[in-house]
Amino acid sequence: MGQAIRDLVDAMANPVIYFLGSTVAIIVFILFRRLLTKPIVLIGFTIFSVAFLVFAWSDPNFNKIITKGDNIPILILLSSVVGFTWLGMRRAVINDDRIARGEPTLEGEVSKQKVFTWPDLVYPELICLVLFTALLVTWSIVVEAPLEEPAASARTPNPSKAPWYFLGLQELLVYFDPWLAGVLLPSFIVIGLMAIPYCDTNPKGNGYYTFNDRPFAISFFYAGFVLFWVSFVILGTFLRGPNWSFFGPFEYWDLHKLEPMVNIDLSTFFWVKALGVPRPDNPLIREAPGLIFLGGFFVIGPLILAKTVCKKIFEQMGMVRYQVMMHMLLWFALIPLKMFGRWLFDLKYLVGMPEYFFNI
Amino acid sequence: MNKLWKLIAEGQLWRSLFRHGYPDTPRNRTLAVLSNFFLHLHPVKVRRSGIRLSYTWCMGGLTFFLFLIETLTGLLLMFYYRPTAELAYQDIFALREHVPIGIMRELHRWSAHMMVITVWLHMYRVFLTGSYKPPREFNWNIGVILLVLTLLLSFTGYLLPWDQLAVWAITVGTNMARATPILGHEGPGAALLSIGGLDFIHAGDDVRFGLLAGRFVGEGALLRFYVLHCVGIPLAAAVLMAVHFWRVRKDGGISGPL
Ligand code: HEM
Repeated sequence: MGQAIRDLVDAMANPVIYFLGSTVAIIVFILFRRLLTKPIVLIGFTIFSVAFLVFAWSDPNFNKIITKGDNIPILILLSSVVGFTWLGMRRAVINDDRIARGEPTLEGEVSKQKVFTWPDLVYPELICLVLFTALLVTWSIVVEAPLEEPAASARTPNPSKAPWYFLGLQELLVYFDPWLAGVLLPSFIVIGLMAIPYCDTNPKGNGYYTFNDRPFAISFFYAGFVLFWVSFVILGTFLRGPNWSFFGPFEYWDLHKLEPMVNIDLSTFFWVKALGVPRPDNPLIREAPGLIFLGGFFVIGPLILAKTVCKKIFEQMGMVRYQVMMHMLLWFALIPLKMFGRWLFDLKYLVGMPEYFFNI
Repeated sequence: MNKLWKLIAEGQLWRSLFRHGYPDTPRNRTLAVLSNFFLHLHPVKVRRSGIRLSYTWCMGGLTFFLFLIETLTGLLLMFYYRPTAELAYQDIFALREHVPIGIMRELHRWSAHMMVITVWLHMYRVFLTGSYKPPREFNWNIGVILLVLTLLLSFTGYLLPWDQLAVWAITVGTNMARATPILGHEGPGAALLSIGGLDFIHAGDDVRFGLLAGRFVGEGALLRFYVLHCVGIPLAAAVLMAVHFWRVRKDGGISGPL
C-alpha cells in the first residue's frame, strides 16, 4: 500500500505535471475562494499535509532531502506561503462581501480608531520578538549548521545548486540561456517590481484585503510570486537532483539518470521540416522566422492589443505606462511560452545564434 | 508591590532614564514614545487597523528584528573568522568543534534564511493590501532595493564558510555574470567589442572577473565577498531601512482605508 502510493507519486512527478498542477491549484483556489477560505478547509489541508509528512518520513530518500539543515527553511517557506495566501484570501472574501453590502471592510471598521502606541503596539511587538527569539534559539540548538568538506576547485559536486532563493532562476536555465535566465530576467523582475506602483492605476484596494476590487493585480501576483517564484524554489530544492534531472520525492538520486535531450531550434522546424531545404548559412536569414516572431511578439503585439482587447486600459494608462507594463508582462509570458514549446515540440531556441551567444 | 513600583518610578534613577512616570496615563503614554529615542520610530498613536497581526502579519517588523540578530551574531562571528583561503574553513570548523554550546553560527545562518522568507512575505502582504498605491509608491521602491540587498547579503555570506557547498553555490551563481550582454565574455554583443581580432572583453576582464577578482571563485573573491557582507551591504541596508521607516510615517502611517 505504502509502496504503491510512493510509486504513484514518483510516476506522476515530472516538471510538466508539477507546473500544470500548481497552476490548476491556484486557479481553483481563486474560483472557489468562498468555499476554500472556510477555516475547516485549512484545518483539513493541514491535517492531510502532516499525515503525508508522517507517512513519507520513513522513506530514506524523502527523509534525506527533507531533513537537510538548509532545506528546513524551504518547508517553512512552503507552509507560510500557503498559510498567508489563505489568510489574505479569507480576509479578501469577507471584505468583498462587506463592500457588496455597503458595509465598511474589516480594516475600515477600525481605521478611524486611534490607539496609543504604548501599550497597544509596543507590547505585541515585544511578544512577537520574544517568541521569535525562542523559536530561533531552539532551532539553532536542535539543528547544526551544515559544513561540508573544505573547498576543492577540482571536484564539482553533482548537483551544483545555487543558494535556495535563486533556484527559481536556476530552473529557468532549463529553458533559457544564462544571459536571459541569469541576467536579463532577474533585472526585469527588479525593474518590473519597481514599476508596479506606477503601472497599477486602479485607485481601489488601497489598505485592505480584497479580490473583487483588483482581480487582475491579485491573480498576476499569485502567478508571479507563488507560481513562478516560490513553487520553482520548492521544485529546485526537493525535486531536482544530479545533472539537474527531475526526481520524484521518493526517488533515489541516481547520478546516471539522464533525460534524453533532442531539442531543435525554430529555424530547423521552419527550413528543414516545413520547407524541406537545408538551413541557410547567413545567421540572420536562418533565424528570420524566430526574429520575425519575436518582433511581432514584442513590438506589434502591444500595439494590436492597445487597439483591441486592451483599449480601455490603454486609454486609462497612457502610452508610457502601457508600454512599460506590456513589455514586462510579455517578458514574463515568454517563460511559459518557452516551457510549453519545450514540452510540446522539443523546442530549443526561438532564435539560435550561437555565433553571437545570442539565443532566445 | 505597588508601593515598590511607585518608589522606583519616582526615584531619580528612573526619572533620569525615562523622564516620565510609568506609562499608564495618556500623558505618560505619549511621553513614553516621544521621549524615547528607539520608540519614537513610532507615532504616539496608531490606527487600530494597522497594528492588527492579521493585517501586517508582522513581517516588516520581523525582518528588521532578524536584521538586528544578524548584526549581533555576525559581529560575534567576526571575532573568530579570518577571511583567507587557508584559514576560513579552519576557523568555521574550530567554531563547531571547540566552542561549547556554540550556537552563534546556527543563529546567524537560520536567521539569515528566515530573513529572506520574511522579506518575501512582507512584500507579498504589501502587495495584497495594495499598500504600494499612492502615496506609498516610493517606499515600495525603497523596499524593492532592500529586497535585493537582503538577497545579496545572504548570497555574499554563503561563500564565507569556504566549504564545497559554499564555493560551488557561488560558482553556479556567479557563472551567470559571464553571460551578461556586452560586459560578459560569453554574453551576446561582447564579441562586437573587438578590433582586428583583439577582444576587449575576455575571461580576464569581464564583469565576472570584477566580481570575483579572478577567473574563478578564489582568494580574491573570498575577501571581496567578506568586505561586502560585513561592511558594504549592511551599511547600505541600514541607511535604506532608516529611510524606509521614516517614509512609512511620512506617508501617513501603515496603510488603511481612508
Ligand atoms: C529589509 C527589508 C525590509 C524591512 C526591514 C522592512 C520593514 C518595514 C516595516 C517595519 C514596515 C511597517 C509595516 C509592516 O510591518 O508591515 C514596512 C512597511 C512597508 N514596506 Fe517594508 N521592509 C522591508 C522590505 C520591503 C520590501 C521588499 C517592500 C516591497 C517591495 C517593502 C514595502 C513596504 C511598504 C510599501 C510599506 C508601507 C506599508 C503600509 O503602509 O501598509 N518593504 N516595512
